[in-house]
Amino acid sequence: MNWAALRPARKAPAALWLPGLLAVALTFIPVFYLALRSTEDGWSPWSRAFHTSVPQLLQRSLWLAAVVALLCVAVAVPAAWLTTRADIPARRVWSVLLTVPLAIPSYITALAVVAFLGPKGMLQGWLEPLGVDRLPEVYGFWGAAFTLTCAGYPYVYLVVRAALASADTAEEEASRSLGVSPLRTFFAITLPGLVPALAAGILLSVLYTLSDFGAVSLLNYSTFTRDIFIEYQSSFDRTGAAVLGAILGLVTLLILTSELGVRSWLARGRKRRQAAVRLVPLGRWGVLALAFLSIAVSLALVLPVGVLVYWLVNGLRANADFPALAPAVRHSVEMALAGAAITVALAFPVAILSARYGGLLARAAEQAAYVTHALPGLVVALALVFFGIRYATGLYQTVWMLLLAYVILFVPNALSALRGTLVRQPANLEDAAASLGKGPLMAIATVTAPLARPGLAAAFALVFLTIMKELPATLILSPPGYQTLPGLVWSRSTDALYAGAALPALALIAVAAIPVGLLAWKGDIGALES
Amino acid sequence: MELSNPEPLDCAGVEVRFGSLKAVNGANLQVAAGEIVAILGRSGSGKTTLLRAIAGFERVAAGEIRIGGRVVESTSVSVPAHKRSVGLVFQDYALFPNRTVAANIAYGLPRGSAARVTELLRRGELEGLGGRYPHQLSGGQQQRVAVLRSLAPHPRILLLDEPFSNLDAALRLAMREELVTILRAEGMTAVLVTHDRSDAMAAADRIAVMDAGRVIETATPLNLYMRPSSKESATYAADAQFFPGVANGDTAETPLGTVRLSMPLRGGCEVLIRPEWIGVKGLGVPATVVRRRFEGAHARLVLSVPGIPEFVAVVPSWMAAEANDSFEIGVNVAVPAFATAG
Repeated sequence: MNWAALRPARKAPAALWLPGLLAVALTFIPVFYLALRSTEDGWSPWSRAFHTSVPQLLQRSLWLAAVVALLCVAVAVPAAWLTTRADIPARRVWSVLLTVPLAIPSYITALAVVAFLGPKGMLQGWLEPLGVDRLPEVYGFWGAAFTLTCAGYPYVYLVVRAALASADTAEEEASRSLGVSPLRTFFAITLPGLVPALAAGILLSVLYTLSDFGAVSLLNYSTFTRDIFIEYQSSFDRTGAAVLGAILGLVTLLILTSELGVRSWLARGRKRRQAAVRLVPLGRWGVLALAFLSIAVSLALVLPVGVLVYWLVNGLRANADFPALAPAVRHSVEMALAGAAITVALAFPVAILSARYGGLLARAAEQAAYVTHALPGLVVALALVFFGIRYATGLYQTVWMLLLAYVILFVPNALSALRGTLVRQPANLEDAAASLGKGPLMAIATVTAPLARPGLAAAFALVFLTIMKELPATLILSPPGYQTLPGLVWSRSTDALYAGAALPALALIAVAAIPVGLLAWKGDIGALES
Repeated sequence: MELSNPEPLDCAGVEVRFGSLKAVNGANLQVAAGEIVAILGRSGSGKTTLLRAIAGFERVAAGEIRIGGRVVESTSVSVPAHKRSVGLVFQDYALFPNRTVAANIAYGLPRGSAARVTELLRRGELEGLGGRYPHQLSGGQQQRVAVLRSLAPHPRILLLDEPFSNLDAALRLAMREELVTILRAEGMTAVLVTHDRSDAMAAADRIAVMDAGRVIETATPLNLYMRPSSKESATYAADAQFFPGVANGDTAETPLGTVRLSMPLRGGCEVLIRPEWIGVKGLGVPATVVRRRFEGAHARLVLSVPGIPEFVAVVPSWMAAEANDSFEIGVNVAVPAFATAG
């Protein structure tokens, strides 16, 4: 009988529950101030919002999210199957190529799309001598859907690939040995086994789309995030922005809650694979498969990087006005390093608390982390602005506020990556340390932490990457005059200065590619799933 | 050689709850200093939970645990695991994968205890393997490292959770001998938990039978086998079958003839006659072989005697016996009997 599931929470040392309490408190800040700010003028702004913009925003945002999710699945599932189960040449290389686009934030993909297909873009420049003076409109729904699919499908790919790689092929073999044909086996066994991963992937891309701010803004497709930002910037009274932010937060929270249900379902189906997989020979279809993968990689990787390089070279030739890169690189890297260090340092004790001790505080910390995970970065940033203006004027418009935002935003990512590491690590090693006379903190220092080192490194790389790419909080909370790479890319993109935007964008991709490369090389890419 | 400091262990009325479930439900267990006791029970009987409570990894809901006369665990007191000086050898050994064998053994020792590590490596016949990592060792070697690691800091008591369950049959016997030798050499008070009756019989001075969260009997292996105090504990020591009988003091009348009793009793009773206690040549009670199952060293005969259900006798495998053969059987051992309830 398994008693362990019923075991009551053990008393945790203060070095673990104090960070847990801090994590809960930090998460509370944006939720609390958003609720406060959006309701302090009563409910009339809410009712006004519901009678004017909300229905349309809701419809536009959800429609975009649904289409992007479908397109992501359509690209990610075949790609995942081909790179785990089929005999394509250079399988591992394709895997890495399909994950490297994680280094490219959506607003840079959007920038590339506009710079390629837009009115002043590359294609237009090439076609003009041929007499084409008008291309199909790139701005609006389809431009946004195309961009977000290119930038978002790698996330879905990772989830589906992980499910395929960990699925137990013994079940498929059992089905075959019982006289069932390969095709029926695929539909009866393999596909149902993938459903949880598909559901998780769809929800992931839906959340991704709803939270996205940069791409929809650059492509002029009006969604919640874009309107919130416009409202925030343009009007003196920010209640409208707060109300829309609160509504978007509620929507994403609702969606994440359903995702959690899917996750527990997913976890139940997960098994360790016993035997090596026999790869499916593709024969003549192999050419088609390679063409498909090439297109997928082209859209997500070659298109953005190629377009940016084109504009950079163009700009160098034409002696364009380039922004000073050095301070922005230094600031972004410094913030990403410091933010990742603080985030992982805070998340590690909380992860231990949650993986080893359980109990009310651990559960509260987990729940709190999931709540912030659901909140779009723009909404958290907005809440911190309210908090800063009223209660933390000393922090407001300093780098500390920006760091605080990063920590609040990305503790959930670090927490789930670290929790996974700790759950896989046998818990009785710490009991063994205790039976040999070491106290709980000594046991963590001498046993838990050294064994979790790869997980800690992966979590650090993950948070570093995410901070490097983060746009809305960086825009809103950076101190005046504080140059960052996302900030530079953003300001030049909105002014359609493609050459000037290409330089910081390529620099950002180059820096972000380092953690992605490290994770992919170490095989820890699964950490990015979260 | 430094001697360890064995102490007696006393568990009185220990109760451990998981929610509304009582995994351990009023268990009593006394272990003298330097004694080796095996807790024998089926899975789910609470034996590992009791062990973990002694080690300090489970809180008790009632009762108390004393080591060397001092209370280490009760509803009001709970000495943390790392301050109990109780060694625990885990079922899967829980060796630190990132530390060498020598570093694993040295883990619980103060700095500069190289001499103790060397001595333990020698005692475990692991000389030359100190620099290896756990995954580079065989299962038996891993187990020895786990035991030596727990012995290193001179614990007052050593607890072992299913110490032989991860070893194959051949290695098991050898490790049993080795473990007992090491424990005796260190003079350890030891409690080992097992579901395997032969492990318990071979390794322990006394066996505590655990069932549904309680210790139902504590006895020497021979007494548990020959003179169990109840029908329940009789089934733990070895295969048991019971026959109706009428006891007249030192003997009893049974369907297998008149048998001598190991404990005097009068009146209606159930008599324990283990399969290997039945003799099958010229002992007076006619029986027919229903089936014969060959098991290598011995054979099991399913026998039938008119008026009672079929039963089993274990005989040497070389003995000629086929289905439908008839023998005159009987019992040549003094057997225990239990008064029929009511």
